[in-house]
Amino acid sequence: MPAIKSLDELKRIREEALKKKEMKTASGSIQVIVAMGTCGIAAGARDTMKSVLNYIEENKVSGVSVTQTGCIGMCEHEPIVEVVVGEQPKVYYRKVNAEVAEKIMKEHVQGGKPVESNILPLQV
Amino acid sequence: MREISLHLLDIAENSVAAGALNIRIEVHEDINNDILQASVEDDGRGMDAETAKSVLDPFYTTRTTRKVGLGIPLLKLAAEQSEGGLSLASQPGQGTRVEVTFRHSHIDRMPLGDLASTFLAVLVAYPHIHWIFNYRVTQAGGEREEFTFDDTELKAELGDLPMTEPEILSFVRAMLEEGVGAIKP
Repeated sequence: MPAIKSLDELKRIREEALKKKEMKTASGSIQVIVAMGTCGIAAGARDTMKSVLNYIEENKVSGVSVTQTGCIGMCEHEPIVEVVVGEQPKVYYRKVNAEVAEKIMKEHVQGGKPVESNILPLQV
Repeated sequence: MREISLHLLDIAENSVAAGALNIRIEVHEDINNDILQASVEDDGRGMDAETAKSVLDPFYTTRTTRKVGLGIPLLKLAAEQSEGGLSLASQPGQGTRVEVTFRHSHIDRMPLGDLASTFLAVLVAYPHIHWIFNYRVTQAGGEREEFTFDDTELKAELGDLPMTEPEILSFVRAMLEEGVGAIKP
């Protein structure tokens, strides 16, 4: 059995994370949703997801919820990512590779300014 | 999709869509018997025999946005092309189990790919689901190594603290990567 990280270590980390999170909750909720239908996965959505998670880890971004959804019917635009910041309307992004994902995390999720070049215009 | 791990992600997404609350992903690299076996088992709503059969048909899909579902048929084809196969067992109201095998040493066998990333993606994205990951390697001499991750303890420890908090994410990612990496042939 390989040595894996112990849950005791997690206990310490948990306390730390909890403190930081409490300081952050005032900024409102941020949701990042990666489309993971067959089409999305085939187009590279897992790398997109990985890039989002890496960004959170490396830049210690607290209070962002990251989830997945299925095919939303616009397979030609995959990988698709949806971003919801607080009460603002949801922004759909198209062709989100690892690099674009990083840009979205930096400029939109952290900076509050949507990344215009990859917005998927929706005729809702 | 040129990675078994991506197909497992795809199948697990089907399990999530089927309303599963418990999903188990298993991979066994049995070098001793020259077989690579992978499965996804869930307790979702399941399918009747007719639907289960049609899942293998590329012109069947539950999606409403278009009429072709290629995930499982393509995986089946890839498995058959490397002397393996795909089987699907399902009971309405009980759940579904999809199992795929490949000849491990077959020249056309799809690479396993980044298993840890697949585990991490579903674990983080669907925290309400109880995930069990099991990765086993049986060496040519018959020695077995195994990495099992059951998220029960982790979630009990975390309480309502989300896995997407950077410190937690870092811990979970490292745990999965180390666990898989330690036994990967």
